[in-house]
Amino acid sequence: MADIALQGISKKFGPNTAMRNVDIDVKDGEFFVLLGQTGAGKTTTLRIIAGLEKPDAGTVMIEGQDATAWNAAERDVALVLQQYSLYPRLTVRGNLEFPLKSRTHNLTADEIKERVERAAETLQITPLLDRKVEKLSGGEMQRVSIGRAIVRKPRVFLMDEPLSALDANLRDVLRVELKKLHQELGATFVFVTHDQVEAMSMGDKIGVLDRGKLLQVGTPNDIYAKPINTFVARSVGTPPMNLIDGMIKAGTAVLDVGGHALPLANPVGSDGQKIRFGIRPEDVVIAADAPAEAKVFDIENHGVIKILTLDLGGVHVHATVSAQMKISIDDTVRFGWKPEKVLYFDPANGRNLALT
Amino acid sequence: MAGVRTSREKWGNRIAIATVFVALIIMLTPIYWITATAFKPRNLATTIPPTVVFTPEVSPFVKLFTKRSQLRDQPTQKEYDAAPWWEQMVFDGGEKVVRNRKTGEVRPSGYADRFKNSLIIAITSTLLAVSMGTLTAYGFSRFKVRGEDDWMFFILSTRMLPPVVVAIPMFLMYRVVGLNDTHLGLIILYTAFNLSFAVWIMKGFIDEIPKEYEEAALVDGYTRMQAFFKVVLPEALTGMAATAVFCFITAWNEYAFALIMTTRKAQTSPPFIPSQIGSGLPDWTVIAAGTFLFLIPVAVFTFLLRNHLLRGMSFGAIRK
Repeated sequence: MADIALQGISKKFGPNTAMRNVDIDVKDGEFFVLLGQTGAGKTTTLRIIAGLEKPDAGTVMIEGQDATAWNAAERDVALVLQQYSLYPRLTVRGNLEFPLKSRTHNLTADEIKERVERAAETLQITPLLDRKVEKLSGGEMQRVSIGRAIVRKPRVFLMDEPLSALDANLRDVLRVELKKLHQELGATFVFVTHDQVEAMSMGDKIGVLDRGKLLQVGTPNDIYAKPINTFVARSVGTPPMNLIDGMIKAGTAVLDVGGHALPLANPVGSDGQKIRFGIRPEDVVIAADAPAEAKVFDIENHGVIKILTLDLGGVHVHATVSAQMKISIDDTVRFGWKPEKVLYFDPANGRNLALT
Repeated sequence: MAGVRTSREKWGNRIAIATVFVALIIMLTPIYWITATAFKPRNLATTIPPTVVFTPEVSPFVKLFTKRSQLRDQPTQKEYDAAPWWEQMVFDGGEKVVRNRKTGEVRPSGYADRFKNSLIIAITSTLLAVSMGTLTAYGFSRFKVRGEDDWMFFILSTRMLPPVVVAIPMFLMYRVVGLNDTHLGLIILYTAFNLSFAVWIMKGFIDEIPKEYEEAALVDGYTRMQAFFKVVLPEALTGMAATAVFCFITAWNEYAFALIMTTRKAQTSPPFIPSQIGSGLPDWTVIAAGTFLFLIPVAVFTFLLRNHLLRGMSFGAIRK
């Protein structure tokens, strides 16, 4: 079990920059999630930690030691990939034994057997042990992949979108299991995903990556409530945070479209300053006495809640309301927001004005 | 519409089967011809129209493996009776088996040695070409090689010239370094021919193997070499088998260089068989017998690797 630190890591692939001066600190026993879109540099970050890629600049520290020059075997990390990490020719048992049979481990046959069986028990794959890998379902394969990682008792678990190839139900089940596994093992996990639900529900800490830059690191709550800029704000939460341009006038927010004036609790910025207001859909209020008016453009019924899309003269604003609310498309409604939940972004560079 | 076939589909199917059948007949006729001739008595080998029904005999094979000379006088009855059955066959054909004057041992024709040379040279060069080709292809497939495309083109370009063009310079070079008429000489030549082919084919196969397999092994504590042998090689076996068949056939069939570079010690079967035509009327049955035996190793080799070959031909199309 170990802590990892990346210091000033940069990596280029030909003309493409995968990572720009990235600093990450993962504490011992932490479940660290790297969240980002395709091409954000998540996988590269993971591969650099694993020792499968060498950084162009920067240092990788494992347990406080400079591990930049260590090869993959020396780092003693385990890697679970989205797919292809099982050997198709071997049985499940063969796959689980494979990492233990490498010379670096020096285990006796009994020890190997015991470890394989314990891992299989943990993941509930004991009945599959003598099955050929090709005969397994996607979820079973991914369990075996995780098993291959845990038999080794590595210092760190690295997971590269291990759930994204699975169907939705299975993803939910394995998400819970992984979280439980993390608690049981108490090991350090670095988990890469583009799925914000996974990030929010699993991570102790989330790091948001965009085009090779680490934008923000924080607990899921921090990321959700105090995003550093509009990119981070929109990368978590469904539907994403509403961003509405406007201006502060006499302690209220005056929107560019429609000129609606909405209340503010403790405005950041001076009177007359242009602001991009951020408000989460659940903080948009639909009420008869609300200050602004809009037309209902679309309604999505999710059972517990309904997601309304309001049309404010071409700008769409999402609002989550109770599923019981009687409302139909093209109705005119009055809406407002919870003033204390409003975030203030700089329209020029998207930065959160409250944090700078 | 499984199970339901329109008459048009039915006819299409029949035509396809008929076409395959005709093609098969055309392709198998020479093989039938060689096989039949190899078991014919000499006087039936060249009849017009061809003899189809005959009593098969092994005299062509006896003649193939022994040194013979024309009979000047008919052997006496006593001599004939004293001779073993196979020698009687040679007498029947108007020839006699040449024996060592002192020991009386039968002089062999040299076909067995040539056949052995063929096996040694073809197998060794195939093994070399496939293993070197696989390693090279692995390097090109997995590592960043400066000017990779140019190197691959260079490797391919070695096949653009018909090899015979360089036969004379090769012959002269071989004479200087003493590789003429040696096994090593032909092994080097055939390996060089086949290597570019092996590299290209194997690169295709290895590119298909996800590199995640090896990376998983690397992370699991294996070295690059161990990962190659434990993970990549088993996956590449199909491709290696397919490549080996092609290389083996090329090396086994090669005629021009074998004719020029070898005379006796390291001569392979292909230049030896036609040399049996010799002076006088050619004995087609002996040539057919030599060719018939020559076909067997390729047929066996291909048959043994048939499963791999079938998968190999589809170039990984079966793989998910």
